[in-house]
Amino acid sequence: MTTSTVLLDPTAENSPDKRERLLRPKDLEGLIVGLLDISKARGDIFLDEIDKQLTKRGLKTRRYQKPTFARVAPIELKQEISTQCDLVIEALAD
Amino acid sequence: MEKLRDGFIVFCKRECATCAMVVPVMKELGKGDQELTIYTQDDPSFPDGIPGVIDDTELERSYHLHIETVPTLVRVENGEEIARAVGWDRAEWRVLTGIEGLGEGLPDFRPGCGAKNVEPGIAEELSVRFGGVLLTARRIESPQLEDDVETCFSRGWTDGLPVVPPTEVRVVRMLEGTTRLSDDVVGIIPPNQVPCTVEKVAINAVMAGCKPEYLPVVLAAVEAACMDEFCLHGLLATTYFSGPVVIVNGPISKVVGMNSGINALGQGNRANATIGRTLQLVVRNVGGGRPGEIDRSTLGNPGKYTFCFAEDESGSPWESLSVERGYEEGTSTVTLFAGDGVQAVYDQLSRTAESLVRTYALCLRNVAHPKIPMAADAILVVSPEHGAIFREAGWTKSKLKDELSKLLQLPGAELVRGANGIAEGIPEEMKDATIPKFRPGGLHIVYAGGTAGRFSAIIGGWVASGPKGSQSVTKEIKP
Repeated sequence: MTTSTVLLDPTAENSPDKRERLLRPKDLEGLIVGLLDISKARGDIFLDEIDKQLTKRGLKTRRYQKPTFARVAPIELKQEISTQCDLVIEALAD
Repeated sequence: MEKLRDGFIVFCKRECATCAMVVPVMKELGKGDQELTIYTQDDPSFPDGIPGVIDDTELERSYHLHIETVPTLVRVENGEEIARAVGWDRAEWRVLTGIEGLGEGLPDFRPGCGAKNVEPGIAEELSVRFGGVLLTARRIESPQLEDDVETCFSRGWTDGLPVVPPTEVRVVRMLEGTTRLSDDVVGIIPPNQVPCTVEKVAINAVMAGCKPEYLPVVLAAVEAACMDEFCLHGLLATTYFSGPVVIVNGPISKVVGMNSGINALGQGNRANATIGRTLQLVVRNVGGGRPGEIDRSTLGNPGKYTFCFAEDESGSPWESLSVERGYEEGTSTVTLFAGDGVQAVYDQLSRTAESLVRTYALCLRNVAHPKIPMAADAILVVSPEHGAIFREAGWTKSKLKDELSKLLQLPGAELVRGANGIAEGIPEEMKDATIPKFRPGGLHIVYAGGTAGRFSAIIGGWVASGPKGSQSVTKEIKP
């Protein structure tokens, strides 16, 4: 295991030292929601339900699946999701 | 840290032949009246069989006592050092210890070896560890499983190219390039008007890839950028192309290995590239000036990564830019100009100054727009083959400027709106006036480039050149 490196902040230190998360959308209206199955057992059941709920609210969804939960998503899949969707919901646990 | 013990202290290391040679001397000292303490730098079992050996492989004691060579013999009274002998000098060791027959049979003199605490790379680490340098910047931990170069990207610290991660050791090493204190304020950086310390400049210089010896040039460039006349805030916020162009004059350019010759305005020289880049990173990181936020440039220009070069003073037929601007020859300076990209001047056939100056005038007329006078300043970079023509003709720089000025008196009728079927231009009421292309003092000439090629270059300025916008500024480079 490598140890973490300590870096000196090159900025004016006006922003929090914790990395800020990307801004969340205020609401989902008009947005395309990606549903990512990471290939863990029963993730599909959870996403099917989410899909049903979102579709009922008139939202567009797209389904994606990682080949295996054990590894990070292939770059092509990440690019596909980021160019086709406004946000993504992942089913992380079984 | 514990107080020094009275008596004698020897600093040594096993890998040093002189230290090994003086082991019998240390044994002799150990048997004497005074207490003997031995700090060993590399191997706590060295020297064998002598009591009082202290493991200093962490080098803390060596660091605090500024040991540079081993063996070093120190005499301590009342917790204070009162004398030291460096390396093996039998007479000196005898005087210091007061032991007459010390080291009998050994050579009179044997130089020591470099101490471990001053080895390259280690000295800076010790400064960080034992508090020699006080760095006040916030510490940001790069997560264990993340490449620290990626951390710099994801924090938004880079210009789009990778940066060198600014670790404490690297920043300490960078700060050795200046005599200035790390908490000195260099200037107030727009757009957020943030006081920028030497330390923050050093951190950004590390990231840009500078060597420590470049730091004084960078500091002068940051100071110059903060001068009111330079108007960095406006320059940053404009939709126009411009960014700071850094020109270095004086002996420092050769000392730090800057390029003023082949490809002087291009890539490939570390000093040129990283000095200019640091200024941009300081603006981005300390000032908060980022593209799409305060930086509103429509197209930008590649020089906004870095645009820095040195004038070729030794090859020039003329006085340098800095001498022209009132600095004595031999003074190192940086000059900042709010400029765009490079516009080529092609003239392979002129062999007289009279012909070449006309080429220059025609090309210079195009800065920003051939119909727009007095808006943008410019730098004309004259290359060696073109410079030779003026040298042979005996033209001084001021003669060249005068001739250009005469050739760049433009008839208002050609410039007014609508003239030549082009809506852009100056107001109709100026049609009978004669207007110079450049405001007084708005055209600068520097000399640089490779010795082959009958080309020169124009660096067009911001269309808000002058007292209402940006004027070029010069600062002396100090250590």
